[in-house]
Amino acid sequence: MSVWRTPGGGRIDRTQRRKFRFDGRDYQGVAGDTLASALLANGVHLVGRSFKYHRPRGLLSAGAEEPNGLVTVRRDAARVTPNLRATQVELYEGLDALSQNRWPSLQFDVGRINDWLSPLFPAGFYYKTFMWPKGAWKSLYEPVIRRAAGLGVAPTEPDPDRYAQCYAHCDVLVAGGGAAGLAAALAAADEGARVILCDEQNEFGGALLSDPQATINGAGGQAWVDQALAELSANPRVTLLARTTAFGYFPHNLLGLNERLTDHLSAPPAGRARERLWQVRARSVVLATGAIERPVVFPGNDRPGILLAGAARTFLNRYGVRVGTRAVLVTAGDDAYQAALDLHAAGVSIAAVADLRPQAEGALPTAARRAGIEVLTSATVLGTLGGLRVNEIVLGELDGTGGVRRKRTVRCDAVLMSGGYTPSVHLFSQSRGKLAWNEPLQAFLPDRSAERERSVGACRGIYDLAGVIDDGFAAGAEAASGRSGRRRSVSAHSAGGDGSAFLGAVPLAGASSDKSFVDWQHDVTVKDLLLATREGFRSIEHVKRFTTTGMATDQGKTSNLNALSIVAGALEVPIPQVGLTSFRMPYTPTTFGSFAGASRGDLFDPVRKTPMHDWAATEGAVFEDVGLWKRARYFPRGGEGMHEAVARECLAVRSACGIFDASTLGKIEVVGADAAEFLNRLYVNNWSNLAVGRCRYGILCREDGFVYDDGVVARLAPDRFHVTTTTGGAARVLAMMEDYRQTEWPELAVWLASTTEQWAVIAVQGPKSRDLLQGLVEDIDIGAAALPHMSVAHGRICGVPGMVMRVSFSGELGFEVNVPADYGLGVWRAIHARGEKDITPYGTETMHVLRAEKGYIIVGQDTDGTVTPDDAGLAWAIGKSKADFVGKRSLQRASMHAPMRKQLVGLKSRDGRTILEEGAQVAEIPGQKPPMRLIGHVSSSYYSACLAHPIALALVAGGRARMGTTLYVPMPGGDIEVEVVPPVFYDPSGARIHA
Amino acid sequence: MLLISCPYCGDRPEIEFTYGGQAHLVRPADPSALDDQQWAEYLYMRTNTKGVHAERWRHARGCGRFFNALRDTTTDRFAATYKIGAARPDPAASEPTPGTAR
Ligand SMILES: [Zn+2]
Repeated sequence: MSVWRTPGGGRIDRTQRRKFRFDGRDYQGVAGDTLASALLANGVHLVGRSFKYHRPRGLLSAGAEEPNGLVTVRRDAARVTPNLRATQVELYEGLDALSQNRWPSLQFDVGRINDWLSPLFPAGFYYKTFMWPKGAWKSLYEPVIRRAAGLGVAPTEPDPDRYAQCYAHCDVLVAGGGAAGLAAALAAADEGARVILCDEQNEFGGALLSDPQATINGAGGQAWVDQALAELSANPRVTLLARTTAFGYFPHNLLGLNERLTDHLSAPPAGRARERLWQVRARSVVLATGAIERPVVFPGNDRPGILLAGAARTFLNRYGVRVGTRAVLVTAGDDAYQAALDLHAAGVSIAAVADLRPQAEGALPTAARRAGIEVLTSATVLGTLGGLRVNEIVLGELDGTGGVRRKRTVRCDAVLMSGGYTPSVHLFSQSRGKLAWNEPLQAFLPDRSAERERSVGACRGIYDLAGVIDDGFAAGAEAASGRSGRRRSVSAHSAGGDGSAFLGAVPLAGASSDKSFVDWQHDVTVKDLLLATREGFRSIEHVKRFTTTGMATDQGKTSNLNALSIVAGALEVPIPQVGLTSFRMPYTPTTFGSFAGASRGDLFDPVRKTPMHDWAATEGAVFEDVGLWKRARYFPRGGEGMHEAVARECLAVRSACGIFDASTLGKIEVVGADAAEFLNRLYVNNWSNLAVGRCRYGILCREDGFVYDDGVVARLAPDRFHVTTTTGGAARVLAMMEDYRQTEWPELAVWLASTTEQWAVIAVQGPKSRDLLQGLVEDIDIGAAALPHMSVAHGRICGVPGMVMRVSFSGELGFEVNVPADYGLGVWRAIHARGEKDITPYGTETMHVLRAEKGYIIVGQDTDGTVTPDDAGLAWAIGKSKADFVGKRSLQRASMHAPMRKQLVGLKSRDGRTILEEGAQVAEIPGQKPPMRLIGHVSSSYYSACLAHPIALALVAGGRARMGTTLYVPMPGGDIEVEVVPPVFYDPSGARIHA
Repeated sequence: MLLISCPYCGDRPEIEFTYGGQAHLVRPADPSALDDQQWAEYLYMRTNTKGVHAERWRHARGCGRFFNALRDTTTDRFAATYKIGAARPDPAASEPTPGTAR
């Protein structure tokens, strides 16, 4: 055992040695250590470099608030976790940790030059300096700043671990398992409540784990903790979650808990989840989140070896580690004297206690004097010395006239500091509860609740142990039953609890040439905050952003109150007037893995596949994502690229026959006596005069008159319509229909059902399509007379009951065969086999080209939410005789008929070669310099193999009046001349469709 | 995540619902009778309430029904949920007990 390790006591097992590595060097700790305590037990205080000045830094705390000791823990190349607080990393055999934010090494860091150049790096430096020239930001400033400012390095390989997620409900959720939380859980369980108690640490007990002086009911505090845990774990209605951080408080009492399952294990069992995310909906919440000790702001307060008094006490009492051999205590309250007394008893010499108060006559200071410890009152700290570790502290006595006397330098290798406690109101504040300033305690405390929750113990400013436990009992019972009334009580005593506080910088801090740090993690000093106020910032929210105080990953757990006090002092206003910044989730950094859970890789998003998907995959189709759907885009043969394949597929459809999977089309069955009336009110078309067995192209507008969706609607029976929608619009069209059905026209007898996935849709398109299908359909006459364009018939296809719609999105004679989805693949294979050499499978790319040749729009590509039916050239579809439909009144507005509205037109490149870029702008005047006057944009553009020239659709202001004129598409290489033509490029008479 | 009480199904998490905007806007029986100003009022003008707001929700990933709710936009607290067609309830009468301030 090292000289730093005590011979006995604490929550560690000295017989169980643990080897570990830090920055490549081998060390030894024991079971029960954290990485922090194990490093201290090896005499290692230097654990990191500071963010901005790269100053050497040691551990400041022993818990979640740690701003300095950020490490990367590495299990293998993929399991690399950066930015862990060494104070929370449980030691295991073989742990491999690295310090961060240093280069090339922790002992010698080149970035330290920033510290000596620091007059050049004041607060707001980044905002002011790196503004100009504009181009330098991307090429010069940002890369350099990013490299210099990094907090850890992200792993480069995918995370191989598994993360579980679960949901839970309970009557009372208790966040925090210290004395208050345990008491609350006990009392709530007494009432029969279902209780979840969680704590971020590896074991319950909170401050009692570090407090051997505590007595409860005449025995030690630990005995009471053990008994409480025995009782709680025996209760089947109580769930105990250690290593579980309540990181977020969401509306209506939903709390996010992050449970760490394997990070403390040397060899996690294969397949075991690394973490579990709990989403707990609690009827009532008890916040027992404790309080965090505040550092004292004095010059040179960041040297390694300078840490919080309570942390030194925790390292000693819980982990059996002395933080030094000769320590000085800097305090403004009685509580911290207990740390000096404990260390003194453990053989650490206490060189002096510097008490900022004029008097220190309480029980603990008296005990300290009795133990022979020198207590200096009216003291202040003028500075510290030491390279990689503090070795001297300069103290002085305030003379009462703004000066200092009896200046002296004290040799030491540890400085313990305590400015009092800051209640941890993070979760309360996240719940949108209102805080109030408590002047005697110099703290913000929970005041008005927004949710059904209660704060207990230190997080609401109760610091004495008996009071804390009483508070927990009362709140636990109330949270469970809604009644007050206490069945339990204890007698308890522990050191301290006087609640004295000191905020802000020590007197004369500004006189020193060394920096007085307020925010350790972001390197914010007193000078930075004063500069911010001189620059005119008045609100703490602005000061925060200017100086970045409190904006690091620790969210200012140790710094916010000191910063607030310094700003308030400079502005000469009370602290509450400066305001308090918001607390955000997560309380401590939480892995992305736990949020993602199983939603990664193939499970990131659901994938929708059509019944014919596997066939297309076997045929070598290239797929594209359309919403969640996988759609075959083209079917390359041999070494074809997309353009060759699409050209071949297009020509095949135009000359013979193509087969296309249209199953993704949205399908809604609209049924009921009022089905036609319902569609009349929604769609722009007239449906009353659509005969059974006929189809019609329908357009749906929003109430503002703009095109929302389109699709073919078939009337299957007087009271039954088969409505198709765009692939992407299926869900929103059904939602819109349901909205009107339920809320505007509940009197209509109509019902809606999505049938998208019930039907497989096989489009057979091309001049040979009828011949091909002829032998495959039974009891359906698909002849030109019996089944004209835009009609539908029921019957059997390849023996399967279904329907054949004669519709065409290609411009050729065409059919869409609808069969129940489970038969889709079989029928597809049968049709494809029958087609032999005459049939060509084609994908969405060819479908797009074919429809564009015909001037058929794609909603969402050729329309953009500002396009009316008339703009798209579809005014013919509107039922003129209808008194009303959704969007009609908006379409009556004068501006909807303005001649210079953008209208759908075709564009042909004058050179006959150039394919325009979709999204390119259209100009009337050539050769313009920005800002140009632009009159439209290209919405669809392809090379037409069938026409042997490029084609494009565009929305152009007053486009229909510009037929034959020349417009210009400005591109980086110059203007492209285009001719405005009608949008129908192919078979304008429609003869082929009606064949 | 809000906890929303569907009048048909009971308490369900917000993720099952879609938001439907301001409630109690009735589509005019004869829109053509309205002038442009009146139509724009119906179509676009919303109250942007600070406080108790009557709004529509749909239990889209549940029963599929639309319903109305009174929600305080400053606290997200629901005072009531009620079926389409029912009159707007008095929020004061159904205010749930908030957490106890301490
Ligand atoms: Zn429901």
